[in-house]
Amino acid sequence: MTGTNRIPGGLIDRDKPLGFTFNGRAFQGFAGDTLASALIANGQRLIGRSFKYHRPRGIFTAGPEEPNALVELRTGASQEPNTRATTTELFEGLNARSQNHRGSLKYDIMAVNDLFARFLSAGFYYKTFMWPKSFWERVYEPIIRASAGLGRLSMQADPDHYDKGFLHCDVLIIGAGPAGLQAALSAGRAGVRVILADEDFRMGGRLNAERCEVAGTGGATWAAAAVAELESMGNVRLMTRTTVYGVFDHGIYGALERNTDHLPDAAGAPRQTLWRIYAGRSVLATGATERSVAFGNNDRPGVMLAGAVRAYVNRYGATPGRRVAVFTNNDDGWRTARDLRAHGIEIAAVIDSRTDTAPNPFPEVKTLFGEAVAETCGRGGLREIITTGGKRISADCLAVSGGWTPNLHLTCHLGGKPVWRDDLAAFVPGNALPPGMRVAGAAAGQMTLARCLQEGDAAGRAVAEDLGRAAPAANVPKATDEPAGITALWQVKGARGRCWVDLQNDVTTKDITLSHREGFRSVEHLKRYTTLGMATDQGKTSNLPGLALMAEASGKTIPETGTTTFRPPYVPVAIGAFGAGAKGAGFKPVRLTPSHEWARDRGAVFTEAGQWLRAQWYPQPGETDWRTSANREAQTTRNAVGICDVTTLGKIDIKGRDAAAFLNLVYTNGFAKLPVGKVRYGLMLREDGIVYDDGTTSRLGENHFVMTTTTANAGLVYQRLEFARQCLAAHLDVHLISVTDGWAQFAVAGPESRALLQKIVDAGHDISNAAFPYMACGEMTVCGGIRARLFRISFSGELAYEIAVPARYGDSMIRALIAAGEPFGVAPYGTEALGIMRIEKGHPVAAELTGQTTARMLGMARMVSDKKDCIGNVLSRRPEMTAPGQPRLMGFRPVDRAQMLTAGAHFIARGAEAVTENDQGWMTSVAWSPALGHSVGLGFIARGEDRIGEVVRAWDGLRKTDIEVEIVSAHFVDPEGERLRA
Amino acid sequence: MLMLECPCCGVKGEETEFTPGGEAHLKRHGPGAPDDDFEGYLFRRKNPAGVHFERWRHANGCGKWFHVARCTVTLEVFGTYPAQTTSPPADILRRIRKKRPDWEGWR
Repeated sequence: MTGTNRIPGGLIDRDKPLGFTFNGRAFQGFAGDTLASALIANGQRLIGRSFKYHRPRGIFTAGPEEPNALVELRTGASQEPNTRATTTELFEGLNARSQNHRGSLKYDIMAVNDLFARFLSAGFYYKTFMWPKSFWERVYEPIIRASAGLGRLSMQADPDHYDKGFLHCDVLIIGAGPAGLQAALSAGRAGVRVILADEDFRMGGRLNAERCEVAGTGGATWAAAAVAELESMGNVRLMTRTTVYGVFDHGIYGALERNTDHLPDAAGAPRQTLWRIYAGRSVLATGATERSVAFGNNDRPGVMLAGAVRAYVNRYGATPGRRVAVFTNNDDGWRTARDLRAHGIEIAAVIDSRTDTAPNPFPEVKTLFGEAVAETCGRGGLREIITTGGKRISADCLAVSGGWTPNLHLTCHLGGKPVWRDDLAAFVPGNALPPGMRVAGAAAGQMTLARCLQEGDAAGRAVAEDLGRAAPAANVPKATDEPAGITALWQVKGARGRCWVDLQNDVTTKDITLSHREGFRSVEHLKRYTTLGMATDQGKTSNLPGLALMAEASGKTIPETGTTTFRPPYVPVAIGAFGAGAKGAGFKPVRLTPSHEWARDRGAVFTEAGQWLRAQWYPQPGETDWRTSANREAQTTRNAVGICDVTTLGKIDIKGRDAAAFLNLVYTNGFAKLPVGKVRYGLMLREDGIVYDDGTTSRLGENHFVMTTTTANAGLVYQRLEFARQCLAAHLDVHLISVTDGWAQFAVAGPESRALLQKIVDAGHDISNAAFPYMACGEMTVCGGIRARLFRISFSGELAYEIAVPARYGDSMIRALIAAGEPFGVAPYGTEALGIMRIEKGHPVAAELTGQTTARMLGMARMVSDKKDCIGNVLSRRPEMTAPGQPRLMGFRPVDRAQMLTAGAHFIARGAEAVTENDQGWMTSVAWSPALGHSVGLGFIARGEDRIGEVVRAWDGLRKTDIEVEIVSAHFVDPEGERLRA
Repeated sequence: MLMLECPCCGVKGEETEFTPGGEAHLKRHGPGAPDDDFEGYLFRRKNPAGVHFERWRHANGCGKWFHVARCTVTLEVFGTYPAQTTSPPADILRRIRKKRPDWEGWR
């Protein structure tokens, strides 16, 4: 089917026909069409069903303000609901479907709602679904959910990808209508770095939609020439299909560029780009949006804004009707009659609600002054209108103009308040604009073409002057100052039937008076009670009429009644665009240890530790569950030797004459007397006395230390240390650098670890027990001259070392260590075995260091030196933290050794009821100990140090277990530490 | 969005490049200080709706901590200066007073 309503002219390319389907029916349009203009050209008036009453609806506007013509676009996972047909650029194969009906669009069974409209007024659900209470969840909510909403989601993951970008310029010009184009020309000619952004695919704004003359040529022709000149300038960037959706502080603007939405196939390109534009200055030239008037059944397909009718006729060569009536309260509406006449389209009548208006310029056209449209008739679409004077006029399209509302949304994003202008019957931007913003043209309330061009030029030159550039002389193309008078008319007195204010949310004049009557009188209450101005169009055509009607109802002026607050985004922005790049693997960076490839090839199972992927266990053939593998790894380590990649621990290099003094400030225990070549365990507190982090610090030289932190806190500890260094102890000579990624580090643990390392460490370095005892450290070479650091520290409780080599040797190092360990039966171990062995040894980790733990609770009170100042020292001695009865970290074993302990269980005295008052502490970590052959646990229990041997219950309300446990030392394995000194 | 200029390296960046660190010019207290001092150091914060002096760190840059004078309502930045100062520089105070004649002062 092609073009029943096509007329000659317009800016479409008739040499490029495009096929598309609407509700499965094939149509044809042309390049340069929107979906809306192509549907109009094909005589398709019924486009969708309304939100609440399922009323038939047609295309109402020609821009992003469209409340009615929302469609589902594309198919499959790419299906996108609630897409505005008026901004959807036509492409070959476009597949659109109407929304919000059950059954066909023409015979929607939900249209029955319309018959019950008197029960479905504003707030009906607050009143109707009150009782019985039990019905809410089972009956009402499912029904409401099923009926609510417009389009359907595909329920599949978004297959498209999105991009983010950053742009910088001297001035961002928002909108490429006459004011924006002229501003860009004047600023661009002065050499200013300009970005000109426009949401349309063709720059020019209303110049493309109007029959007007600029500089002696047609408006659209002038716009095309202006764009060509701007394109030739190296300092100007033109961005079409780009909506500036928000203004943020310090001259930052958010913009969404639609890269591929107009293409049948994105061919791998990002669908949309979210731009962050850094512009010290901006010119807002966003024009104005036309609004309607409330009269009876003003929502019928065929009723359209007068400016939109002109846009379809002039720009798209498509007429919304063959016999068009015009209803206006302002001079601009007459331009629609003039343009239709020029296109040879029959004008049924021009109805001007004003009585004091200019004389009728078209004597042969039927004109009615001082009258208004009372009602429209026609099933499924407009057929006839009835005026307040009772005249019946047949028409298939009614062009309505209630005046133009400046698009000042972006001026309000930083809290600016618009001001009312009676002569325009509209709000204009107030004085408190976002810093650096100028407003030009219709957005500032300048409603004539000549004034728009003048203001654009002035704004462009002012920006150049701001930047200290020689501003060119005023150079404004000539255009006529057409009349733009208006007499406000919000609702027609004597209208019959329901009068719509917000088409998208089915809000009528009655709803607004009801809202007033029931006390919801502030604009914010009005919005929430009636839903006026919500959803995809955010009330672009309805906010002001709604406000005016509330003002009428309350007997106040419009400015007294207030305005709604405009917030970003100006148009809907897909969450996918905000999250561009953060999908899947991009959500969080992944850090891989130096032995990752080796471990992966070995079949390791990995776990996330912060951003790191760490080997969790290394299954061997025949091992089917993690526990078997982890137990074997732990046992091999305890009996022979095991190797674990511990690169992920934070490493901070500390150098300077005052490095030791600095460590004394950040650690509770002293480091000044630590000899060179020795390691010490350090405890770090917060200033409020709670334990923050722990780790070992090695003194490699008189003024050189290397600190390790827990994996999770590596970045935070480094930041804290930098704070202490720069702000608390700026007088100290000390420098820090994070070397976590610089060194690959491996724990080599077990009775054979020394023998293994002796094969790795180059001859000449004595690592015998006498020369390199427990807690020794030193720099040496390995594998024939590779620089290395060796630390004799143990997390497992065995004789153990950690060996560090520059990260680039990490992969070779793990291979060399494993090869050297073959004769000893070496096994790599993962974080599970690591966890088992540290629980057996009673070492605290994050499960114990919860941000509520004191040194005393860990049994480390004596580590908090009272001979020196350190962060947290004073407040760790608060009476509340030293009072008797504090929880203490202890070990726990089940009385019945066959039972399995659970972490999170609470300790309750035998025979006591499991209630909060009887809570004595909690289990923090548990493991099944391969060394002991039964379950072991760590936990905090009140006065634990005095209760060894006592039996309590470990009660777990979540897992429904209640186990008798014996309080024991937290050091299950080798409590005397003989093994690690061996 | 907040644009800050690091007084150490001179780079002007947006807030994702920086890490906030709370109120500036808090004096740390150690052993021997009375409880009131610790209360002020750890708990008492101005939290004004208006001019505020804050610590920030150029975390994704030179790594230096520094101070910022800014309005918590409008986000206007009056200036940035090194962290190793005990009071805001006179030129920044002058600038604030010029723009905010009714400002009560920084202490």
